[in-house]
Amino acid sequence: MKVTIANLKRGQRALIKEITSDIIPLKLLEMGCLPGNEVQLLMTAPFQCPMYLNVNGSHLAIRKEIASQIEIQII
Amino acid sequence: MAKQIKVSLIGNPNTGKTSVFNLLTGLNQQVGNYPGITVEKKEGICKLARGVKAHILDLPGTYSLNASSLDENVVIELLLNKKDKDFPDVAVVVSDVENLKRNLLLFTQIKDLEIPTILVINMADRMKRKGISLNIPLLERELKTKIVLVSARKREGIEELKSLISTYTLLPTTPCVNALSFDDDYFERLQKVFPNQSLYKLWLVITQDVNFRKVDKKPVGITPDFQIKTESELKRYQQKEAIKRYQFINTVLKEGMVVDEKAATGLRSKLDRILTHKFWGYFIFFTILLLIFQAIYDWSSYPMDLIDEGFAWLSETIKVSLPSGPFIDLITDGIIPGLGGIVIFIPQIAFLFLFISILEESGYMSRVVFLMDRVMRRFGLSGKSVVPLISGTACAIPAVMATRNIENWKERLITILVVPFTTCSARLPVYLIIISLVIPEEKVLWFFSYQSIALMLLYFIGFGAAIGSAWILDKILKIKGKTYFVVEMPGYKIPLFKNVFINVVEKTKAFVFGAGKIILAISIVLWVLASYGPTDNFNNAEQIIGEQLTDASQEELERKIASYKLEHSFIGHAGKAIEPIVAPLGYDWKIGIGIISSFAAREVFVGTLATIYSVGSEEEETIKNRMAGEVNPILGGPLFNLASGISLLLFYAFAMQCMSTLAIVKRETNSWKWPILQFFVMTGMAYIIALFAYQLLK
Repeated sequence: MKVTIANLKRGQRALIKEITSDIIPLKLLEMGCLPGNEVQLLMTAPFQCPMYLNVNGSHLAIRKEIASQIEIQII
Repeated sequence: MAKQIKVSLIGNPNTGKTSVFNLLTGLNQQVGNYPGITVEKKEGICKLARGVKAHILDLPGTYSLNASSLDENVVIELLLNKKDKDFPDVAVVVSDVENLKRNLLLFTQIKDLEIPTILVINMADRMKRKGISLNIPLLERELKTKIVLVSARKREGIEELKSLISTYTLLPTTPCVNALSFDDDYFERLQKVFPNQSLYKLWLVITQDVNFRKVDKKPVGITPDFQIKTESELKRYQQKEAIKRYQFINTVLKEGMVVDEKAATGLRSKLDRILTHKFWGYFIFFTILLLIFQAIYDWSSYPMDLIDEGFAWLSETIKVSLPSGPFIDLITDGIIPGLGGIVIFIPQIAFLFLFISILEESGYMSRVVFLMDRVMRRFGLSGKSVVPLISGTACAIPAVMATRNIENWKERLITILVVPFTTCSARLPVYLIIISLVIPEEKVLWFFSYQSIALMLLYFIGFGAAIGSAWILDKILKIKGKTYFVVEMPGYKIPLFKNVFINVVEKTKAFVFGAGKIILAISIVLWVLASYGPTDNFNNAEQIIGEQLTDASQEELERKIASYKLEHSFIGHAGKAIEPIVAPLGYDWKIGIGIISSFAAREVFVGTLATIYSVGSEEEETIKNRMAGEVNPILGGPLFNLASGISLLLFYAFAMQCMSTLAIVKRETNSWKWPILQFFVMTGMAYIIALFAYQLLK
């Protein structure tokens, strides 16, 4: 099974491995969500959605369905 | 006239671009709309040295030149069109020192357009606290630009920025990175066909065609050969472009910026832990909401009482000191009460926008979006719908406009359709006056009064109606769309007084000069309709009443005549005509007139009653006292009792009574279908619910 941002626990860090899906909005890529960059899960709202992340120094919140499309390697 | 330097302020959202704009222009600014679309256009004049002036245009915040919304599209349409009258002589890119890496992405794109560009690094006062140090000469060399460190908070760096603007011709216009070096074959072919065009501009035109909508002015001859075949292919190219840009930025910042993590204070994470907490986060949010309602109801009542009394006094003074006649009557009974009906809103609108701008400026609003997204999504809305729904408590018009940053069309349409249910400030005067008539004044729970609880319940009803109908619409509407939801969580900031102040002034002005005009016009029309009648009964009122009541006192006689006249005026006829329809709700024909007139705008209700009653009475009385004295013509007893009061409150809670909102919905949805649907569904609901309430409580 693929490990994605949706699998992260609070405070955990990971490296983004692969972004293949067309669902990922360009805006998210342009905010720094690109392969090789670091991502950390800071907070989640109730029921794990949305997820509050630090991606490459940018603080942003995305929904779980998008988070589950971004493959990562936990570090 | 000396030539003005045309300056465009460009930057990511949350970089303090508006603070820089406010510092450059002060109150010397105007807010309007771009023609044909409802994107806010902010422009102002800035005085530079030696009498030179700069025209500053504050472009909508955008993360990149690849537009995904109407707001962002404004930026690209302008920058691609050299013939546009606003095309900048110099672009000022505003960035935030804490998010420099991300902000530089947009900067490198602007540089590719070969416009003279200045880089403003804002919030420089936070550098020390965040442990950031910058090598400015190196950054200027690598980025091929001039950099100004600005602290909008401490008003530092603005003079330097102004002097750079005045010497803009010395700025380099060469790009700082070749971001299109991932498919040399394709781009070389493109360049060969258009040797005179900047490659990046050509690329932007191509991506925009696929991505968002056709660019109006594209170079002649871009043929289908150069169109990228599929959307996903285009996206891969754009991803490659973003990676190239970030590679460049990372290399530059590796040398140019040092962050000492130890020196950085973790205020953000400490605050986030509380403000986005699964329990305390919601608790704090609802406490803030309660505080806002208390402010609108309680605190603003003092200035409102003063305004109310002030206009009553003015009217009375003119009446006493000038000879009576149709023209003076128009002023004292038509225009002055009409003006009063506009001015009385100012305290509440100002208070609400004070709170909203503080919440937005401080960065808290994004946390509300984060907290509420899951809940809102259940009803077919987005976390981003919270801001429009809250703004809707001021006025549905800016709220409908505020839906523009919701990327998903279905979520956006639903938000637009349900926003008018939220309790806008125009309903407030109606609520306030009726609550004070029918709800007791006693206090419960230390300092909350029954009256303010009643008001809060009305807000909840409005919000509940909005959410409930959103849920139904989500089930009914069959619109497919991608769910985009990316919210930036900016750092916390203490709001700048100047920004908050300017925002409050702008919003209040928009109300007074926008909605105010309609209100005044309707007030005058109503006064005329109430002061003239179609039949002989109206003109011969004195004679008819005089014959009926031979032994009445002079005072009683006058009152009877006035009341008789009103009944036989144009408006009296209209009210009488709809009385059978509104009687089951507990209203008389005077309230009927109020309802008819408030289909233009709700707040006209109070003004209308004021006009009707002041026409009917020469005594110096405020509207409220006059209403308390009204008698139900059928049942006897006070006209405004608990049953009819609550029925009226509920009617106003649900009915769609605002021409301006309908107009803006038409513009935002580009169709008459939605506003017409809104009008009939909402008003129908209002009638049925008010009918049930009155019949049950009576």
